[in-house]
Amino acid sequence: MANYSTNEFKPGLKVMLDGDPCSILENEYVKPGKGQAFNRVKVRNLKNGRVNERTFKSGDSLEGADVMDREMEYLYADGEFWHFMATDGSFEQVGADEKAVSDCLNWMKEQVIYQVTLFNGAPIAVSPPNFVELEVVETDPGVRGDTSGGGTKPAKLVTGAVVKVPLFINTGDVLKVDTRSAEYVGRA
Amino acid sequence: MTVDWKPSASIAALRRRAEIINHIRGFFAERDVLEVDTPSLSAAAVSDPHLFPFSTDYVPEGGGTAQRLYLHTSPEYPMKRLLAAGSGAIWQLCKVYRNGEVGGRHNPEFSMLEWYRPGFDHHRLMDEVDALVGLVLGSNPARRVSYAAIFAEHTGLDIHSCTDQQLQALASERCGFSGELLRDGWLNLLFSHCVEPKLLEPTMVYAFPASQAALARIVVNDDRVESAARFELFVAGMELANGYFELTDAQEQARRFAADQLQRRALGYPELPLDQPLLAALQSGLPECAGVALGVDRLVMLALGASRIDQVIAFDLARA
Repeated sequence: MANYSTNEFKPGLKVMLDGDPCSILENEYVKPGKGQAFNRVKVRNLKNGRVNERTFKSGDSLEGADVMDREMEYLYADGEFWHFMATDGSFEQVGADEKAVSDCLNWMKEQVIYQVTLFNGAPIAVSPPNFVELEVVETDPGVRGDTSGGGTKPAKLVTGAVVKVPLFINTGDVLKVDTRSAEYVGRA
Repeated sequence: MTVDWKPSASIAALRRRAEIINHIRGFFAERDVLEVDTPSLSAAAVSDPHLFPFSTDYVPEGGGTAQRLYLHTSPEYPMKRLLAAGSGAIWQLCKVYRNGEVGGRHNPEFSMLEWYRPGFDHHRLMDEVDALVGLVLGSNPARRVSYAAIFAEHTGLDIHSCTDQQLQALASERCGFSGELLRDGWLNLLFSHCVEPKLLEPTMVYAFPASQAALARIVVNDDRVESAARFELFVAGMELANGYFELTDAQEQARRFAADQLQRRALGYPELPLDQPLLAALQSGLPECAGVALGVDRLVMLALGASRIDQVIAFDLARA
């Protein structure tokens, strides 16, 4: 991969930092009127999602990281790997380990399309779509007629995720859930 | 393809900018300071190892020997030659040029207000900077604090006694920096990351480390500690002005030029021709004076509450 100098650090650029692929979020040029110039850089570690601030001498460089995001359909899990298939017609498949899917486990559903981040061709992170539809497997019996809201109760979904739902929801209902806030949106 | 021809600043911002510049002009007229205009092109370059001048060539029409010229990074040298020639108090508002500097607060060509006051020391000049900045921003006079005190306040380190290792450890912890720097590099890094962003109310920082004197004289305090008679004004976490009780000693100036050249060589930067006329002017006699340079674009940013320099200049580098 090419090397990138601090003045080429743009939001979205993927670079290697301390052996991990990272995405540049912000890059601020800091230079006193008299004295050396620095770049204050905010990066997200793509393996663990953590955001760090780092400072470099202006002109220092980092190696680019071979990272790409692909739209992939979730096929099945075999107990060790979660398997995804490319949606671009190539039928290419990859298996993501638990670490890669850990942020997404609550929202995994077969045949749904996820964004899979590949580093040197191997999946390192999986992001769910903003909304997924999942079935309720366990909740207190619904209160008939109460569709006005007001009270809520917990409901366990097929993935194991627990979300707060209105009182009228029953086991077996399929719900639309916002994966960003883990909030109930409505019945699917 | 559409060409982006529009200015980066709004017309309203440019109107305010013009008003502020009129205020500045009135300020110096009232105080009977002479407005001057020195050349942007110079045969010599700035000596500061961390400034990179643009260069160009004068080519005689019809042929002949071309002459390398440098765009000034500040009008300091020729203004000092005017002072040595007996100009008395002078001020100038001009474009200056610094290669490589682009960022939220940097554009490679920017407007600098620079003025010199014979008979003033840096404390008296700080009073005048307060008056000018107060006129434009309506702000109160700045808090005055020494470099050592403000550094200790925000880092817990005493610049006179701490080791390079302590500075390095703090830079790693607070700035996520790993690498090698010289002592002034560590100080600059920590000052710009841990101190400067905290200086929200107007703050004049004076008594800089003697190693960062630039063109200021070095003074010795009651505890026999040396410091540079230099000050910087910070407002809203941003460096706004840099002033000196000016060095008048030609020999000392020549030594600093030579030291800058050595540092340039050590850093692997090209050596540039030094300003011999400045040294000659100092030899002939520069009156005791204090001088200051103030970033006008940043002053306008503060007056308008703008967060980026391109919001207060008509066309930034990306649109130049």
